[in-house]
Amino acid sequence: MNGNSARGDWLLLIIFAAVVLTAPFTLSYIGAGYPDLLQKFAIFGIFAIGFNILFGLTGYLSFGHAAFLGVGSYASVWMFKLFTMNVIPAVLFSVTIAGIFALMIGFVSLRRSGIYFSIITLAFAQMSYNLAYSVLSPITNGETGLQVRHLAPTDRGPDYVLKLVDEDLRWIDQAFGVVEDGIPITNLFGIKMSGFEGFYFCAVLLIIGFFISIRISRSNFGMMLRAIKSNQNRLNYTGINTRPYLLAAFVISGMYAGLAGSLLAVTDPLAGAERMQWTASGEVVLMTITGGAGTLIGPVLGATIIKYFENIFSAINEGILQNLFSFMPEGLMDIFVAVVGMFVGKGWHLTLGLLFMVIVIFLPGGLMEGVRRIGNLFRRSSKSAAPQPSSQAAE
Amino acid sequence: MDAILLQILNGLDKGGAYALIALGLTLAFGTLGVVNFAHGALFMLGAFCAVTFNKLLSLEQVILDPIKKTAWGTPLEIRSPYIEAWLGDFGALLVDYSVPVSILVTIPIMLLVGVIMERGLIRHFYNRPHADQILVTFGLAIVLQEIIKHYFGANPIPQTAPSIVSGSANVGLWLGLGENLVYPWWRLVYFAFSAVVIFGVFAFLKFTTFGMVVRAGMFDRQTVGLLGINIQKKFTIVFGLAAVVAGVAGAMYTPILPPDYHIGMDFLVLSFVVVVVGGMGSLGGAVTAGFLLGMLQSFSSMNEIKSIFPGIDQIIIYLVAVVILLTMPRGLMGRKGVMED
Repeated sequence: MNGNSARGDWLLLIIFAAVVLTAPFTLSYIGAGYPDLLQKFAIFGIFAIGFNILFGLTGYLSFGHAAFLGVGSYASVWMFKLFTMNVIPAVLFSVTIAGIFALMIGFVSLRRSGIYFSIITLAFAQMSYNLAYSVLSPITNGETGLQVRHLAPTDRGPDYVLKLVDEDLRWIDQAFGVVEDGIPITNLFGIKMSGFEGFYFCAVLLIIGFFISIRISRSNFGMMLRAIKSNQNRLNYTGINTRPYLLAAFVISGMYAGLAGSLLAVTDPLAGAERMQWTASGEVVLMTITGGAGTLIGPVLGATIIKYFENIFSAINEGILQNLFSFMPEGLMDIFVAVVGMFVGKGWHLTLGLLFMVIVIFLPGGLMEGVRRIGNLFRRSSKSAAPQPSSQAAE
Repeated sequence: MDAILLQILNGLDKGGAYALIALGLTLAFGTLGVVNFAHGALFMLGAFCAVTFNKLLSLEQVILDPIKKTAWGTPLEIRSPYIEAWLGDFGALLVDYSVPVSILVTIPIMLLVGVIMERGLIRHFYNRPHADQILVTFGLAIVLQEIIKHYFGANPIPQTAPSIVSGSANVGLWLGLGENLVYPWWRLVYFAFSAVVIFGVFAFLKFTTFGMVVRAGMFDRQTVGLLGINIQKKFTIVFGLAAVVAGVAGAMYTPILPPDYHIGMDFLVLSFVVVVVGGMGSLGGAVTAGFLLGMLQSFSSMNEIKSIFPGIDQIIIYLVAVVILLTMPRGLMGRKGVMED
């Protein structure tokens, strides 16, 4: 990675920004050019970048990162309810809250390493999830999820109708006399944060997040984190206290998760406890590993691929399959439809699990390692000179 | 007094399930050094062995009654399980006892599953980091539960305990505490069953030559290998044994909690906590922590305690786990040198 000059990093950032900002046009060719999905790409890209700062650089596998995502969502929705539908305060508040939350959890759980660390983070995430469902219902609205405005009967009379009620205060908006009809939509100084505008808001934050992750990765701080991954004992013996560095990485990564959670609430103003479940934590692990832990692009790539295939695969139903295999004789077609049908539609998670196993078994460095291997293959065949240093920071 | 006793009883069956899963988990960990996130899926597979067995037994034949008609004029259908037609009363008895009898089917299936899993997947991960082991078994767990979901659907499938133990035992009367203290029979059976299995596993490891070799291997794998013993082969069988323990635990648990495809995941998180609290690689610790946490959970769900600490029943296990891990890094009974950097 020392071979990378600062110019290379700027080039990477510019290419990345260009790819992200043109995504609505380029991705429309593969059927992913619509805002909902693009927003998900960007949001989970941020989540995975943040997770990678902890897992990719230090090797500490947190199984409770979804807790920060959930906290971020709740914090944002409360900002929408209490103050304003403008997204800036909500995002800032969410990142702060998630950071404080991560500081508390990290302070405790970083006292252990390896599997113990994974279990403690998992335990904290499960505690948050269980509490959000039960005792904290006044804050989280339990199973229904926290919403900005909700359907409720207007009168308890015999012919009451369900109507949108706004029990929210929105002090700032009301001071400025902003009137909301129907379900209020989040905005950035008047620009509605839905559709492509929402995507571009997420995309800009993704690019900023990516930029910060490059800077961290190239800094002395990032070097220290990598040193922790390769041999923490040696660092301790040389008299370096590694815990502040780990805690800083944990908090930064928690703040990224909080930002992602906040953006989930920005694009769709509601928050539910299921975002904190440990399977959600597992999902970000899947994304990071699939793309390539420890690389810069990998996590975003992994998040995009998983969300893309989730969308494509789960939309395929039996009818589409029958059309696809309609050239076959009747009996054969039924068999194909039945077999392929296991892997698509509701069975999408089966494909995900298999894909993930294949990657962990054969490509532990994720897709980025695959790219690098193919690249090496070409380079070797073109000129059989001395082995090239790897261009990515893949471990 | 009654309430406290009831909570102890409540903790016993749940603790039994935790202990059984944690036992298998720590057995696989102590021998092979593999962190198996798919262990909960094995519990789930065992539960679905019982479900499948019950389904097969209750396959019905339909005979049209030649004389009687239904209200709509169609011939009356007489449905009866094939097994009753073939075996008469014994068949009916078999259907009634399908859950306990299904263990006979579960054991060979789970042994096979465990051995295939170890030979096919886990053995390639001995020398990889623990993070990789966690990840690949996590993937396997997703695959297994999605396959089950595909064939059995997403809804829980209730199973019935044999009719002779379907009622409640009047525990209070036995102990001379009055009539108020009643407790479902099957939960008592489950506790007894888990105790038997736990003692069986311990006896197997303690009193057989095979068990002695395995214990030696857990202690120092290299030396045992140098003595000319194929420890790897023995460990494969131990992994199969761990799968069987998880499987029968799942099969017997079906009347208590109707199994669905993610029952394993729910138990996995808890039993990992149990293993870590008990001490990685310590069998006694896993069992102790299993029962301890099971009881803690049922005590904390008492109304008296909930009114003091609201929501404590939801988090008690995790809270205890965090506190224990921070104060006793090796858990309650962990050995030195296991899973330490």
